[in-house]
Amino acid sequence: MAKNIKLRIWRGDANTGKLEDVSVEANEGEVVLDVIHRVQATQMGDLAVRWNCKAGKCGSCSMEINGKPRLACMTQVANYADDETITITPLRAFPVIKDLVTDVSFNYKKAMEVESFTPPADLKPGAARMQQIDVERSQEFRKCIECFLCQDTCHVIRDHEENKKSFAGPRFFIRIAELDMHPLDMLKNRKQKAQEEHGLGMCNITKCCTEVCPEHIRITDNAIIPMKERVVDIKYDPVRWLGSKIRKREGIV
Amino acid sequence: MSEKIQMERHNYDVVVIGAGGAGLRAAVEARTAGLRVAIICKSLFGKAHTVMAEGGVAASMGNVNENDGWKVHFRDTMRGGKFLNHYRMAELHAKEAPDRVWELELWGALFDRTAEGKISQRNFGGHEYPRLAHVGDRTGLELIRTMQQKIVAMQQQDKKDHGDAESFIKVFAEVTVTEVLKENGKVSGVYGYKRENGVEVLFEAQAVILATGGVGKTFKITSNSWEGTGDGHALALKAGGNLVDMEFLQFHPTGMVWPPSVRGILVTESVRGEGGVLTNNKGERFMFKYIPDVFKDKYADNEAEADRWYVDQDNNRRPPELLPRDEVARAINTEVKAGRGSEHGGVFLDVSKRLTEEVIKKRLPSMWHQFYELAGVDITKEAMEVGPTCHYVMGGVEVDPDTAAAVGVPGLFAAGEVAGGMHGSNRLGGNSLSDLLVFGRRAGAGAADYVKQSQPTKVSESAIKNAQEKIAAPFKRTGGENPYSLHQELQEITHNLVGIIRTKTELADAINKIANIRKRIENVSVAGNRLFNPGFHLSFDLDNMLLVAESTAKSAIVREESRGGHTRDDFPTMDAKWRTLNNITSFNGKEVVVKQQGLPSMPSELFDLFDIHELEKYMSKEETAKGGR
Repeated sequence: MAKNIKLRIWRGDANTGKLEDVSVEANEGEVVLDVIHRVQATQMGDLAVRWNCKAGKCGSCSMEINGKPRLACMTQVANYADDETITITPLRAFPVIKDLVTDVSFNYKKAMEVESFTPPADLKPGAARMQQIDVERSQEFRKCIECFLCQDTCHVIRDHEENKKSFAGPRFFIRIAELDMHPLDMLKNRKQKAQEEHGLGMCNITKCCTEVCPEHIRITDNAIIPMKERVVDIKYDPVRWLGSKIRKREGIV
Repeated sequence: MSEKIQMERHNYDVVVIGAGGAGLRAAVEARTAGLRVAIICKSLFGKAHTVMAEGGVAASMGNVNENDGWKVHFRDTMRGGKFLNHYRMAELHAKEAPDRVWELELWGALFDRTAEGKISQRNFGGHEYPRLAHVGDRTGLELIRTMQQKIVAMQQQDKKDHGDAESFIKVFAEVTVTEVLKENGKVSGVYGYKRENGVEVLFEAQAVILATGGVGKTFKITSNSWEGTGDGHALALKAGGNLVDMEFLQFHPTGMVWPPSVRGILVTESVRGEGGVLTNNKGERFMFKYIPDVFKDKYADNEAEADRWYVDQDNNRRPPELLPRDEVARAINTEVKAGRGSEHGGVFLDVSKRLTEEVIKKRLPSMWHQFYELAGVDITKEAMEVGPTCHYVMGGVEVDPDTAAAVGVPGLFAAGEVAGGMHGSNRLGGNSLSDLLVFGRRAGAGAADYVKQSQPTKVSESAIKNAQEKIAAPFKRTGGENPYSLHQELQEITHNLVGIIRTKTELADAINKIANIRKRIENVSVAGNRLFNPGFHLSFDLDNMLLVAESTAKSAIVREESRGGHTRDDFPTMDAKWRTLNNITSFNGKEVVVKQQGLPSMPSELFDLFDIHELEKYMSKEETAKGGR
C-alpha cells in the first residue's frame, strides 16, 4: 500500500533558505513526521526537525503544514490528496535556526515573567482539600503541552515582531488564568496584571489560538474572555474604581 | 571542518544531565542546599520523556483505602520485582513517596480529587490498594510542568535576591553530552556541544547527576521517544561506573499495534485499572490461564469474581489483567504466537463494555484522542488492538541507595530510570514516577553533601583536547556508514534476538552482531555541518545504544533463569540461586564485561514483613531458615 508522495520542505538557516521538492514513500496510516523521518534517513541526513514522543504529548514537532500550524506527529498523510504536494515550513512567528527548527526562547522568557504559584504560607503537605469541580477549571489549562502553536498563529505577534515585547500570548494567558482559578493560589491581582503587564488587551478574540490547539483547550472562551470580562468589570465599576483610588490597594476581587 | 573549534566554558557546583522528573527534582534539591546548578536538557526544557507517563505516581497515602501504608507498598514492590530489588531502595521509595507527592501540591500540582477533597488514587497492576495519584491519563506531564514551574519560581526568587534569575540555576536546552570528565579518579565536569549551532561546551563541576532516563530506542518497537538512547548508562560505563542487571527490560503489555507508524506507542495500564479486559480472537478472556503460582492467592480465577472486584475489593481477588506487567506481556506474546491474536498481531483490549462514553472520555482522555486521531478507533465503542512494547529498563547505574552516588566514581550520581536496583527484575506501574521523585531528591542532596565535603578539581587541557577530537571525528570521515542505517540494523538485532523471549543461541548471535556493528560505527560519517544536524547527533546516540545493547545481551546470556523482564526459553523457571545474584557490567575501553555480585540481603525488620510461605516461593530453604540479617 506504499505510494510515493510529494513534499516541499523549507531548508535553510537564519540567513537564507528555500523550498526544496522531494518525493518520498508513504505507507498506510503514516503521519507527516514519519515521512519527514524517511526523507532524513534516505535523502537529507542533516534535515533539522524537532520531535520527541511522536504521540502528541510533548509538543516538540510544531511546524506549518500547508501553511497551518500543526503537530507533524498528529497529522495524517492521508488527510491530503494523493497528487497534492504537501508544503512543510517552520513556525513563522519565531526566528529560524535551521530548516524546520525555530528559536522558541521567546516563550521561555515570557514564562519567566508570569508570577509563580503562591500557596498559603502555612499550608502543610497533604493538608490541602479541594473539590474535583474546583480543580477541573485549572486542569484544563494544565493540559497544555507547550507546543506554542497558539503563539505561532496569534496575529498579534505572527507578523508583528514589535508587539512581542508587550504581549505574552495565548499560552501565557491560560497560564495566568490557570493560576487565577487555582484553588490554592493566593495572589489576588493576576487578571489586572494580565491586562497591564502581559498585553491581554491586545487580544481581540479571533479564536485562532483555540482552533490550532492540539489539546483542544478552549483558550479564548475559558481563559481569555472570562479574564477580559472581569478586568472590564473592575475597571468600569465606579464604586470599585473609587475604592481602589482611595485605598490605593493593588489587589482586586 | 577546518575552522577553529568554538568552546564555551562554564563553572557550576553540580551539573544535572537530564531534565525529566528525576533531573528536575535533583536540581530543586541541590539549589535548595545552596549549590549552583546547571541543568542540561537533551531537548527543550519541559519536553522530557516523563511527559509520556500516563497512569500515575504510586504513593501509599491511603486516601482511598486507609489500609494502605509504606509496608504494603514495599511488599508489592518487592513482589513485583520478584525479590531481586535492592531492599534499601524499595524501602526508602515506599517510605518517602507520599511526602514527595504532597510536596508537589505545594508547588502547584493539581491532582484529581476524592469526594473528601483529598488526592485521588487509582488501581494499577501489582498494587494491592488504589495507590496511584493521577491527573486523568497525563500524570507525567503534570509532574514535569510542576517542577519546571518550581524551577522558574526559584529563578524568580534568585532574581529578587541576587539580581540575576540564572545566578543559581541555569537551564541549557538542546545540549548533547559526549563525556563525563575525570581528573585523578574524581569527576571534574562534563563535555558536550550545543545542538543548535555545534558550539562545544565545557562544564567544570565537582558533581554530576545522571538523570538521562531509559534505553528504549535500542529496540525496534518501543514506547520511548528519540531521547531514550541510554546516554547516562553509557556515560557511566565510560566514566568507570557499573551497571546492574541490564538484562531486565520491561515490555509494557499494551502498546498500539496498528497502523505501523504508531506501533509501540503506549496504551496506559489505567485502561485495565479502570476495567478494560483483554481478549483473543476467539473472544476468550485469556488472562485467567496465565496466573502464576506465586500470585494464585491474590488474583481471581473466574470472570464473576474478577468483575465483582471493581465494586468490592475487600471480598474479591483482583482481575488477572492487573497482574504485574511482565506476566501480562508474556501472556499476550503467547496468545499471538499460538495464532489467537488480532489481525495485526496483537490482542484486544476493551473498556467500552464496562464504562460509558462520558466516563471514558473523562478518565482516559488522551487514550481516546490517541486512538481516534492515529488509528481511527473510537475506544468508547470498540476494542483496541494492543501488543507488547519496549517500555522501561530496570537495569541501570549501580548506586548507593541513600545518596544515589554511583559506585566507584566519586562525584557521579544517578537517579530515575538510569539508576538500577530499585525495581529488581520488573517494575510496577506507577513506581517510576515515585522513583524519580524520591531518588531525584536524594541525588540532589547526595551531590550537595559531596560538594561541601570535597575539593574542586580542574579539568586538564588534555582531557578537553581528547573530548574535542571525538566530537570532530564523524565529520573527518567521508563516504562511511550511514548512522540511520546502522541504528535500524541494531534495532532489528535487539528485537529479533534480545526481545521478550530469549535463548542462548540467539543471544550469542546477538553479541557477535553487536560487536560487528561496533567495528562499523568507527566508520560513521555524517553529511552537512554542525548546525542542528540530526545525523551528527545520532552518531553519538548510536555509540551509547551499542554499549547498552551489548550490556543487555551479555547479561542476558549468563542469567540462566526466567524472572521478571528476562525470559529464557531454555531456562523457563525462576532459580533461587540467581535471586541472590546481580549481574554487574563494566567497560574496559573495548568491550563490556559482566560479573556476578551478591545481592544485599534484607534486614530482619523487612524480612519479617513477609509471610514466610510467600518467601519460600522465591528463596532457597537455607535462606528462609536463616531469616533476615
